[in-house]
Amino acid sequence: MIGDILTILRDNWLLLLVGQYPNGPLGGFAATLLLSALSIALAFPLSVLIALARLSRNPLLLWPSTVLVYVARGVPLLMLILWVYFMVPLLIGAAVPGFVTMLVTLVLYEGAFLSEVVRGGIVALGRGQMEAARALGQSYPQALLYIILPQALYNVIPSLISQFVSTIKETTLGYVINVPELTFAANQINNQLLTKPFQVFFLLAIIYYAVCWTLTFLAVRLERRIARRRAGPAAAPAPLTVRQLTAEP
Amino acid sequence: MHGFDLLAVLSNPDFARMLWRGALVTLVVAAGSWCLAMSLALVLLSLRLAPVRIGDRLVAAYVSYHRNVPTLVQLMLWYFGIASLLPDAVQYWLNDHGAETIYGILGLGLCQAAYFSEDLRSGLRAVPPGQAEAARALGHGFLGSLRYVLMPQAIRNALPALVNHSVSLFKNSSLTMAIGVSELTHAVKEVENLSFRTFETYLIATIAYLAVSLVIMGVGAVLQWRGQVMGAR
Repeated sequence: MIGDILTILRDNWLLLLVGQYPNGPLGGFAATLLLSALSIALAFPLSVLIALARLSRNPLLLWPSTVLVYVARGVPLLMLILWVYFMVPLLIGAAVPGFVTMLVTLVLYEGAFLSEVVRGGIVALGRGQMEAARALGQSYPQALLYIILPQALYNVIPSLISQFVSTIKETTLGYVINVPELTFAANQINNQLLTKPFQVFFLLAIIYYAVCWTLTFLAVRLERRIARRRAGPAAAPAPLTVRQLTAEP
Repeated sequence: MHGFDLLAVLSNPDFARMLWRGALVTLVVAAGSWCLAMSLALVLLSLRLAPVRIGDRLVAAYVSYHRNVPTLVQLMLWYFGIASLLPDAVQYWLNDHGAETIYGILGLGLCQAAYFSEDLRSGLRAVPPGQAEAARALGHGFLGSLRYVLMPQAIRNALPALVNHSVSLFKNSSLTMAIGVSELTHAVKEVENLSFRTFETYLIATIAYLAVSLVIMGVGAVLQWRGQVMGAR
């Protein structure tokens, strides 16, 4: 069993890593990573704008941003992919590659999800920060730019990494519209071999596991570090454990 | 191009029946995997709480696997991979009884159980340790203090996360389309192919998905409101 998996890996590592790349579109793990990184990089600025719109009192900003967030939270990603797949060529009048379809969908979807994270970061700061900044004579945009956002965005960095992990997992849905990425490559291999489906998909699961576990680990470490920094040297009591809770009286 | 006309899809008995059956399958898959996930989550939680180290480790590994591997890959591993390891007789039997749906419910349920069990665990961790001590001091046993004192508070703490993950479980039911379950998204693709009314078909399905998601969120909000205790933190 393990021998089979190693053989599959040895014979197909290039396909899993970059797809058909020099002779075709970039695929495999490289495409998965590129797609996720681009999505988060583009979704992050969008999410800050959506978060600010959600916190605004202007109904023209508040309502559309709220609707966008609830649609993204309530409709399956697969359904949104189908929408983008259908609408974007209609709107720009030309066919777009699956990679772009997936990128547009993920930017909108992740933008909406990240905006809730950013909004949480801003709300968690407390009113005092904004009030103090305004009292010192800063305008609302100045206070946002120099006081609120630097603190709030620093605090949400760990969530940004967890969202990056979610995005890596979500790129697998590109398989449904034939985007050449890691899951697609694994299916290609499975269709060639035909007799070893378990080994192929187990290998696929291991690869995703290794990548996502490492990134999650980084996010947790970063989160602790940021919490320590924000708490200052005096604070930081030991967290409660489940064992304490279940200890015999 | 023809003009926008929702009725062209809805008033056609064939299309309406396909979408309706798709919606029913979606509900069956979502409800089935929710029940599986919640019962398994309770088992996982009690394994974690049991004072045996090995159970703790096993559950941690289970949770880690299901949270770090994409749900779609888990479904593919079940449907293409694990299915192929079963004896032929079992495979034939499953194929006669809707193997796709069974694997879909199994895959989604096992995956979501990891999330639910973590939600419950962090809800339990947020209960002050004095509560456990007080319950034991009042003469409750281990299970009694969990049942009457700790779990009601833990579930209240975990409710927002449980509701969010229930919504995402419902949304993830659309992934079973990739292993051939004829749920709503699958029906949408079929109706779209037959009717050429892409916009209308997508709109109907989107509204249906959104409505159910909002209902789940609403039920969550009501439960949270009813669960509020006067003077509680």
